[in-house]
Amino acid sequence: MTDPVLEVTGLAVHTTAGRAVLRDVSYAIAAGEVLALVGESGSGKTTAGLAALGHFRRGLVCAGGTVTLRPRTGEPVDLLSLGTAAQRRLRGSAVSYIPQDPALSLNPALRIGLQIAEVLRTHGYPGSVEDRVAEVLAEVGLPADERYRRRYPHQLSGGQQQRVGIAMAFACRPSVVVLDEPTTGLDVMTQALVLETVRTLTAEHGVAALYITHDLAVVAQLADRVAVMYQGDLVECGPADRVLRTPEHAYTKRLLAAVPDLSARPAPAPPPDDAVLAARGIHVAYGRQKVLRGVDLALTRGECVLLLGESGSGKTTLSQCIAGLNRNFTGTVALEGTPLASATRQRSTDERRRIQYVFQSPFSSLNPRKTIAQSIEVPLVRLTALSRTQRRERVAEMLDRVRLRSDLADRLPDQLSGGERQRAAIARALVTTPDVLVCDEVTSALDVSVQAAIVDLLGELRRELGMAMVFVTHNIALAPEVADRIAVLRGGEIVEEGPVETVLSAPSHSYTRELLDTTPRL
Amino acid sequence: MTRLIVKRLLVSLVVLWLVTLLVYVATLLLPGDPARAILGQQATPERIAALQHQLHLDEPVWQRYLTWLGGLFTGDLGTSTSTQGPVTALLADRVSASLVLLVLAAVIATPLGLALGTWSAMRRGRATDQAVSGISLVIAALPEFVIGVALIVLFATTVFKALPSVTLSPPGEPVWRQPGQLVLPVATLVLVVTPYITRMMRATMNEVLDSGYVEMARLKGIRERTVLVRHALPHAVGPVAQVVALQLAWLAGGVVVVEFLFRYPGIGQALIDAVGKRDVAVVQAVTLLIAAVYIVVNLLADVIGILADPRVRTEALR
Amino acid sequence: MTAVEEEATVPAAAAATPRAAGLIRTAWAFPQAKVGTALTAIVVLVAVLGPWLGPVLTGHSTTDFAGKPFKPDGLTGTDGLGRDVLTRFLAGGSTLLLYAVLATALGLVLGAAIGMIAGYRGGWLDAVLMRGNDVLLSFPQLVIALLAIAVIGPQGWLLVLVIGLTHAPRTARVARQATVAVRGQDYIRAAEMYAVPRSQILLREILPNITGPLMVEVGLRLTYSIGYLASLSFLGLGIQPPAADWGLMINENRIALVVQPWGVLLPVVAIALLAVGTNLVADSLASAAAGRTRKVRS
Repeated sequence: MTDPVLEVTGLAVHTTAGRAVLRDVSYAIAAGEVLALVGESGSGKTTAGLAALGHFRRGLVCAGGTVTLRPRTGEPVDLLSLGTAAQRRLRGSAVSYIPQDPALSLNPALRIGLQIAEVLRTHGYPGSVEDRVAEVLAEVGLPADERYRRRYPHQLSGGQQQRVGIAMAFACRPSVVVLDEPTTGLDVMTQALVLETVRTLTAEHGVAALYITHDLAVVAQLADRVAVMYQGDLVECGPADRVLRTPEHAYTKRLLAAVPDLSARPAPAPPPDDAVLAARGIHVAYGRQKVLRGVDLALTRGECVLLLGESGSGKTTLSQCIAGLNRNFTGTVALEGTPLASATRQRSTDERRRIQYVFQSPFSSLNPRKTIAQSIEVPLVRLTALSRTQRRERVAEMLDRVRLRSDLADRLPDQLSGGERQRAAIARALVTTPDVLVCDEVTSALDVSVQAAIVDLLGELRRELGMAMVFVTHNIALAPEVADRIAVLRGGEIVEEGPVETVLSAPSHSYTRELLDTTPRL
Repeated sequence: MTRLIVKRLLVSLVVLWLVTLLVYVATLLLPGDPARAILGQQATPERIAALQHQLHLDEPVWQRYLTWLGGLFTGDLGTSTSTQGPVTALLADRVSASLVLLVLAAVIATPLGLALGTWSAMRRGRATDQAVSGISLVIAALPEFVIGVALIVLFATTVFKALPSVTLSPPGEPVWRQPGQLVLPVATLVLVVTPYITRMMRATMNEVLDSGYVEMARLKGIRERTVLVRHALPHAVGPVAQVVALQLAWLAGGVVVVEFLFRYPGIGQALIDAVGKRDVAVVQAVTLLIAAVYIVVNLLADVIGILADPRVRTEALR
Repeated sequence: MTAVEEEATVPAAAAATPRAAGLIRTAWAFPQAKVGTALTAIVVLVAVLGPWLGPVLTGHSTTDFAGKPFKPDGLTGTDGLGRDVLTRFLAGGSTLLLYAVLATALGLVLGAAIGMIAGYRGGWLDAVLMRGNDVLLSFPQLVIALLAIAVIGPQGWLLVLVIGLTHAPRTARVARQATVAVRGQDYIRAAEMYAVPRSQILLREILPNITGPLMVEVGLRLTYSIGYLASLSFLGLGIQPPAADWGLMINENRIALVVQPWGVLLPVVAIALLAVGTNLVADSLASAAAGRTRKVRS
């Protein structure tokens, strides 16, 4: 290997209170190489990325180590030993940063052209700043004309904002780029586009890239080498192939095992039965904006349908219509042939009991001031006539079913981890043994290694309790793991529906095909 | 954007109208018959009836309200029961005297508060920041008259005898002829509102300096001064305009106590006198005046907030 | 796809702090909480024990003639009417404190109720309540109080009522904002889904989650209540003579500031300490509440 462009050795970072955030982190990246830094939230990966620019967030201090940068021209320097003025001259020019959320990192009050030109002017770009702005916008695949450059960030889509961020980072032709989860919050196709841009630019200009992510499938597509972080330590580092095929560290193995596998064989579908739940001709509109345009969805007893769609497709709205949480729809929702009232308060106790709902984020679905047992008891109080002791027993039994330790019953939600909270939320939905369970993106707020456990649990419970399930998600890769059928929702309409195996092997709609093509795999 | 501003303007007008209604209804609660109150217990029924007619008390309530409201538009604020003269004549000089106090206090307190807040935010966590925030917290808690009395004790009586503790101008002479007598009242008002402006500016700047776009600007290698001026300060304009407005509006109320304390011939003093004598027409007029200042200042702040936000400004382009 | 190993539970140390007392405990860690509580406690002690302690210490009542006007009798001398200044000072805080607490309680209960209902129900009710709020908010509180006193006269109950009522729209705004933030949370939707009665949603689901901002309001409104009541008495339009009251004493004695400074200084210092004390406590609560929301967000 030639001399690395960026070399970090023995980097240690503490909080001002003295708690270690990073311990002895070392890595190196050569020109034109992409190093993926993998870890889950709180593992210290963003801190490690920002340290490559000599920047530490408020409350963090560097406690040792070196960050050596070899710019295109000139001698190698240790960024950490430089003064602030010298560091500033390198930031944005020799080493640049692409942030996680462009909506927060682009200044909402400044035009995007100005924000890109600002980097060039600050670092004394020798040629015409205007021309370079146009050129770099074209490089990331955005229109480069005057009118586009005069737009404000809020006038762009999320994907366009992120490409402006990339343009800004590549404007001064840096030798190192740090990308901090740049595709979080983007849908699969936009993610593919952004990844393509990053790959082209790094290869063309011989840039060393540090790509921070929690998504191993993306790593497999993009990275040359992988470094895995766990609780502030770099636990494994090596060529991407080697790490993904034969992981050494237990945490890496766990991460890999948790990645959903599109090529898995789905379980055989249960024999067809009468529809337990049927939604017909569901329309929802807010003013002129139509969210759902005549959606039909039917569910037979014990069946699981994967409702697939990206954000804005109307999938959450549809699931809320079913659960009676959204009363502004036309069309019917029928339970075993009996049409239901639109609002949950107008439905009968038994109807309410038979359809249950698990919310997306367990951080928001449990009242922070109620204990877990109190939260799980609410449906029993409202929907059954059980006595206090019977309710207690039922709660204890349910906690056991979702594999939560009984001593967690009297804890408050913020004393539980995300996965434990989601188990509690599932327990609340199942404690009155529903016929239909609606799960709205139940894994998307959780760390990768926890998602798998929740999906497994739901599958098991479904088989044990024999209920039907609507599993709402944006991730098509989960289909073989959980579902019997797939319904693809796009722009408020179901564009494709069928058994999992058929849809995955022979998708009929172009959108589904594109989704399958752009979904990263290991 | 224009639509938003027009809408905001209409809301202000409605609020102003409701305020006149509230002030009018409040004075209806006055126990007893105003005519009898003026003429005394010995008055003959004929004289009372005559005065009732003169005061339009024999007309229905809504009609009296409309007459009164109409009077407001033509500059007729009614007749003071204590001086028997028109309220406008009573208040004319006093309004300008109070405005002098308000404007001076606002002109000093606003830049002072903004500068102190920004300076404090840039030194977050250091001793100077903690000192600024501690002192402003203490002063913010003090009622106006406590600050005023403290200033009198310090600068007008016991410690230094440098400034007058009461207004010296004889009636009729404009207050600014003797600038010395303005120092303590203005200083009191400045001390009342500056801490709030400082604390709000500091909090807003801290939030802005923690934002993703400021971090990004620093990571682009931009100099700290440019970061502050170009990336941070513009975002503080909207929220801070609100607080500054609220404080300036607060001044309109605080002026009452300060004028009483320093025997300053403004509308606040007139209000206290009128309340003591239960001179309803004057109370109505001054209350409305102060409410109007309040509403106009808040309206201006909201308009500035709307103008400072490019998301609203470029709405039409979307 | 299989889960190899379950993630760790939050360590027991974090689990040991019960949430209900959490805010006060966090606030107590700030130095201003301790200083503020100490200042408030001293003044409250003087105000509560003073009316009983005064006659015992000085042998005078608040209104009897204790000696020639401005005579340096006793510890602090007499005022312009020959009444003992120390006795009057010791007796002068209890009414202020009582009225301030009552006005704060009234404003808080009313304001929280209006704000929570407006924030939770939304729609036209919210619009009507908040426009009404705007009208009340376009007067300085002191000016509304003066308007009421001009019409009805300086009665004790009126002072409590009008200051409480003018606190209400301000507290309502805070309560509404907090409620709107909570209303969007999924646990409220979950309660809706189980058709929990709306009154129970307000009291059991929303109220416990907005105690933070409401506690800050308690401290803040108490500070303002003290300030307004003292100001009104100082203007001669609050508590009436010959009662002993701090605000009134300052008004009565300020002409004689040079001859008899105690008559002004003692009550001014007491009011200042009380207001600063409650404000420091309010600030520590606000800092604790802000720190907590920041922690939740991250």
